[in-house]
Amino acid sequence: MHELAITQSILDISLKAAAAQHACRIRAIRLTIGPFSGIVPECVQMYLDVLAKGTIAEGAKIEASTLPLRVRCRACGREGEIDRRHIACPFCGSVELQRLSGREFLVDSLEVDV
Amino acid sequence: MEIKVLHQVMEWNEDVSAGVRDTLRQHKVCLINVMGSPGAGKTSLLTALIERLRAEFAIGVIEGDITGQIDAEKIAALGIPAVQLNTDGACHIEAMSIQHILPQFELDKLDVLFVENIGNLVCPAEFDIGENFRLTVLSIPEGDDKVAKYPLMFTDTDCLALTKCDMLPYFDFDLARVAADYRGVNPEGPLFQLSARTGAGLDELTAHLAGRIRAALG
Repeated sequence: MHELAITQSILDISLKAAAAQHACRIRAIRLTIGPFSGIVPECVQMYLDVLAKGTIAEGAKIEASTLPLRVRCRACGREGEIDRRHIACPFCGSVELQRLSGREFLVDSLEVDV
Repeated sequence: MEIKVLHQVMEWNEDVSAGVRDTLRQHKVCLINVMGSPGAGKTSLLTALIERLRAEFAIGVIEGDITGQIDAEKIAALGIPAVQLNTDGACHIEAMSIQHILPQFELDKLDVLFVENIGNLVCPAEFDIGENFRLTVLSIPEGDDKVAKYPLMFTDTDCLALTKCDMLPYFDFDLARVAADYRGVNPEGPLFQLSARTGAGLDELTAHLAGRIRAALG
């Protein structure tokens, strides 16, 4: 539900970056999200379709890529990356993991016409 | 062509939460973010905690709800400054809302400000509101699978209160499962079993919170 406020922020960031490069149209907005960010890209797209009307971002597509999760193993002490399908230390297999990342959420780049 | 942006989307909330934290530090107020489902017993627990903490600390409460004044009226009836924050549909409280509401309190006269977040096990966990620490509330009738199903609420918290433990005989609630799931996602956070209705277990949580508050106030 809070994707509305977030989408407004994404749109503001994108319009500002596009204006700085004198772009005349934003075709795509690429987001980088952590697996614990709680963001649903389809929801952002739905709000963007409404919020971007009448701006140079009208019709822009949201393209999201999800980052792996960085963890520290409490058993062997090493740091590694895991994904949803393999929730275990990549070195020793322990599931006693401390989460080091996951809340990332940024506008990575834009695809624009100039 | 591609333009690199690399701009944090949540920066607006993080900037404001840092501002809230600064304001509260200057006035020596400890902010506690209380989160849990609708009906978990957040207001009942707060009422019980206020009675036990008010001898030592001057307490204020921000009651978050989508609409209505019900909870703020309950707290105000205790003689505690309480302000209702209505989000008009939003599923969580943001730092901006706290920043707007702080001037309604005499902060120099307060030691502790409890924020009862919107009843929701998902969204509130994603927003830093400038709190010193978080208290997550889970009640027995909600079921023992909630930590596994809604991990962020239990990962990003400083302690977990299991409320309505007087209801344990009537529900097939596996305490060991919750304890193990919680330990898996949050190895350092303490877990308290209590009943706001009977008072069982409240002294332990009160003592823990009092220690945290004293540490935050320096």
